[in-house]
Amino acid sequence: MSDQDISLIAHLMRRAGFGAPLEELQARAAKGYDATVDELLDPESQPPMERDIMMRYKVDWLSQAGLEGQQEEWTYRMINSKRPLQEKIALFWHCVLVTGHAKCEYPKQQALELDMFRTVGMGSFHELLNGLAKDPAMVFYLDNCMSHAGAINENWGRELLELFSLGVGMDGDFNYSEDDVKAAARAFTGWTVTNSIPRYPYGKYDAKFMFDPRDHDTGEKTFLGETGNFNGQDIVDIIVKQPATARFVARHLYNFFVADEPQVPAWKDTPPNDAAAIKELEDEYFRSNYNISSMLNVLFKSDWFKAAKFAKVKSPAETVVGTLKLVGDFKFPRPGLDMMTMNIRFMGQDLLNPPTVEGWHTGREWIDSGTLVERINFTADQVGNVNHSGVKNIINRVGSLGPVLTADQLVDGCLENLGAYQISDVTRTQLVELAAAEGEIRTDSEGFPLRVATMLQSIVATTEYLFA
Amino acid sequence: MTSTKKDPVLVVLQLAGGNDAMNTVVPHGNPRYYDHRKNVVVPQDQVLDLNGEVGFNPNMGPMKKLYDEGNLAVIQGVGYPTGSRSHFRSMDIWHTCEPTKVGDEGWLGRVIRDLDPQGENVLTGVNFGRGLPRALVTPGVPVASVGNLETYGVLTGIDDVDQRLKALDVFSKVYSPMIGTGPVMDYLAQTGLDALKGADILSAAPDMYSSSVEYGSDTVSQYMRNIVQTHLAGFGTRVLYTTAPFNSFDTHAGQMAAHTRLWSETSRAIGDFYDDLQEHNAGENVMLLVFTEFGRRVKDNGSGTDHGAGGHCFVIGDQVKGGLYGEYPSLEENKLDEGDLQFSTDFRSVYSTILEKWMGVDAKPIVNGEFEQLAFV
Repeated sequence: MSDQDISLIAHLMRRAGFGAPLEELQARAAKGYDATVDELLDPESQPPMERDIMMRYKVDWLSQAGLEGQQEEWTYRMINSKRPLQEKIALFWHCVLVTGHAKCEYPKQQALELDMFRTVGMGSFHELLNGLAKDPAMVFYLDNCMSHAGAINENWGRELLELFSLGVGMDGDFNYSEDDVKAAARAFTGWTVTNSIPRYPYGKYDAKFMFDPRDHDTGEKTFLGETGNFNGQDIVDIIVKQPATARFVARHLYNFFVADEPQVPAWKDTPPNDAAAIKELEDEYFRSNYNISSMLNVLFKSDWFKAAKFAKVKSPAETVVGTLKLVGDFKFPRPGLDMMTMNIRFMGQDLLNPPTVEGWHTGREWIDSGTLVERINFTADQVGNVNHSGVKNIINRVGSLGPVLTADQLVDGCLENLGAYQISDVTRTQLVELAAAEGEIRTDSEGFPLRVATMLQSIVATTEYLFA
Repeated sequence: MTSTKKDPVLVVLQLAGGNDAMNTVVPHGNPRYYDHRKNVVVPQDQVLDLNGEVGFNPNMGPMKKLYDEGNLAVIQGVGYPTGSRSHFRSMDIWHTCEPTKVGDEGWLGRVIRDLDPQGENVLTGVNFGRGLPRALVTPGVPVASVGNLETYGVLTGIDDVDQRLKALDVFSKVYSPMIGTGPVMDYLAQTGLDALKGADILSAAPDMYSSSVEYGSDTVSQYMRNIVQTHLAGFGTRVLYTTAPFNSFDTHAGQMAAHTRLWSETSRAIGDFYDDLQEHNAGENVMLLVFTEFGRRVKDNGSGTDHGAGGHCFVIGDQVKGGLYGEYPSLEENKLDEGDLQFSTDFRSVYSTILEKWMGVDAKPIVNGEFEQLAFV
C-alpha cells in the first residue's frame, strides 16, 4: 500500500462520505479503490443505523417534532452511518431539492423527505422527481396545495423547472418559456395534501399526498413542445428525457462531489469548468435510464475525479461531521451533541432550514469573517483536545515514527493523519518552523502530546484545510 | 443629528421568538383587553401607566424611567402586510425588507456597505452572538461576529499563551502570501486576515473599559455590556447588533413567569446600557432599536400565547423624541385579522426614519421603497 493509495482513498472518503480516521483509510486502501467505490454505491451491503439505541437515548429524535432535534439526529447519522454515501446523497439532494423549516407545517415531514432521499436518492432520477412531486413537505413548501384549476399558483411549476430539473438555460439559451411554467403548473393542479390537523391539543399527524380530480385542470397543455391533456406525471416524464436535465444533474453532481463550479444562477451563460467530464456524466444519465448510482460510479472512477483533490471548499456540515469522525467523538448518543450540532448553523448552514429555495451558495461563499472564525475555532478546539480517542490515536501513531522526530516528520505525520492533506511550500515552511521552535521533538517526552495537538491546530487553521 | 459631531451609531436588539405586544405595552384602559385575556394578563393596578390608556408591563421599570425622561419612543402596532406567523419567515422579512420574495441581502449589511463601501474598517458592523443574523449578511461586507468579547479571537482553544501567539503568527504568515494566487484564494486569505485583524482590535476593548454599572448575568445584559465596551473603545463601529438567544420570547406556555423574567432582564439591560453610556458621556451619538418579528394572538391559550401579528418597537437614545407613536391596534373583534392585531405602522417606516434622520443614509435602496417618516428622531 503506497502513500498514493492512502491519499486517494482519503479523497474518496471526504467526497463520498465525511472523511475517515487513518486506520479506516488504511483498511479501505487494502481492499482497493474500486472495491471501496462499489461498496459505497451499495449501501444495503452495510448494516443500517441502530435505531433502537438512538431512540432509547434520544426520545426527541423519535418524535421529530422540532428543528434542532432533527438536525442533531441527522448529524449523528452522518457521523456514524456505515453507509456514508447514503447520508451524503441525502445531504446532496437536500441542498438541491430544497424545502425549509421556515415553511413547514409539521417538521417531521422534512424527516420523511430525507428518508426518501436516502432510499431513492441513488436510484432513478425519474422516480426521485415523482416522489418529490408527491412529497407533502414539498407540496406545502412550494404552495402546490394552493394551486387550483382555473387559479394556478406557479411556485412549484416554476421551481421544478428552474431549480429542480432543467435549470434556467444552458449554452446561452433558455431551457423553457413562461408558457411552459404555466403548463406545468396547470398539469399539477389537484396534486395536494390531506388537510393538516391543528397542533393543539393532540399533536400533529403526518400529511399525506392526495390527488383531487375535481381540482385538476384536464384541458390540453403544450409543454416543451409536446401537446396533450397532461397531468403532473406526464410533465415529469417529459422533463427527465430533456438534455437540459442531464446537464443539470451532471453539473450538480460535479459541483457537490468533484470541484466547485460557478453558482447555479450562472449556469445558463457560464459553461462547465470541465465540459468533457460533464459530457461523460450526461451520457451515463441517458445510458443508465437516469440512474444516479451509475453516474456516481462513472464519476468516482474517473481520472478527473481522482485529480480533483482539494478542489472544493468544505461545507459546514462536512466540516463539523468530518472533524467529529476524525476525533472519534459521539460514536454513541450522549448529551452534548445538540450544542455540537449548532456549530453547523453557526458556520452558515442551518440544516433543514436553508435561506431560500435556491439552497445554500457553496464554494467560497461558505466563508465570511464570522463563519471563518467559527470554523477555525471549532476545528482547532476538537483536534487540540488530547482526551479525544481519535486525537490520542494520532498522537500514538505520530509518536511511533521514532524516539526523536525531525520537524518535517512531525508536520508530515500530522498531515497524513488528518487525511493526507497537501499544503503549499509557504505553509509548510511556517509549520516546520513552528515544529522546530520548541527544540528537540522527543516522542517519549511529557510535552509531546501537546506539541502534536498544537501542530494539528495550526494545520486546521490554514487556508488549505478549508478545502476538501 | 445636526447636534452630534461624532458619527451616529445604531444598536439593534432583537427579541427573538415573538414578544407578546399586549402584555408589554398593556392596553389597560380598554376593557376588551381583559375580555380577550383571561389567564395571560397584566392586572390594571400593576401596569406602569403612560397615558391612562396604555402602560408598560410592571417589570419594565427602567424603561419607564427612560420614557418619563423623554428618551424612549414606543412605536405601536408595527408589522407588515399579510403577516407570516413563521418565526423564520417573519424574521427574514424584518431582516431583508422583502415581504413578498426571499431576499439575499440584509438591510444592515446594506447600511454597512453604504457607510464603508471599500470595507476599510473590518469593524464597521459587529454582531454579538453566535452566527450572523441575516440582517447583517450581505455579500462582500465583512462583519465580525462575537460570541464572547472577553474570549473572542482566532485559535482561542490553544491555552498556552506562548503557543497561541506562535500559532497566530503562523496563521498570518500562511494567509498573507495566498493573496495574488487567484480569486478564490485571494478572497479566503483576505477574509482570514480581516477576521484576525478584527479579533485583534476587539480583544483590546474589555481592558480599556471600566464602569460602575453592574449588569445582570443574563446573555442580553452581557451582550449589551459588550456593545458599550466596543462603542467606548472607539473602533469606528457604526452598527452593533445582538439577539435575545434561543427564541426566548416564544411564550407558548407558562408565559406569566417567563415573560416576567424576560422583561425584568431585558428592561434592566436596556437601563444599564443607557446609564453606562451616560457615565462615560458617550450616549449622544447612540440610538438603540428594539424589535421583535411578530406579536402574539389576541386571545391567550390558557397558559401562553401563540404566534400572532402586530408588535411594538422601542427606540431609545439621547436624541430620541420620547413618547407614543403610531396607533395601538384595535381590539374590536371585527377589526382583528383572523384573531390577530392589525398592524398600523409598517416596520420599514421605522427603519427609514432611523436611516434618513439618524444615520444620514438614503433609505430607499435599503428598505426597498419609500415609507412614511416618523417623528421620533
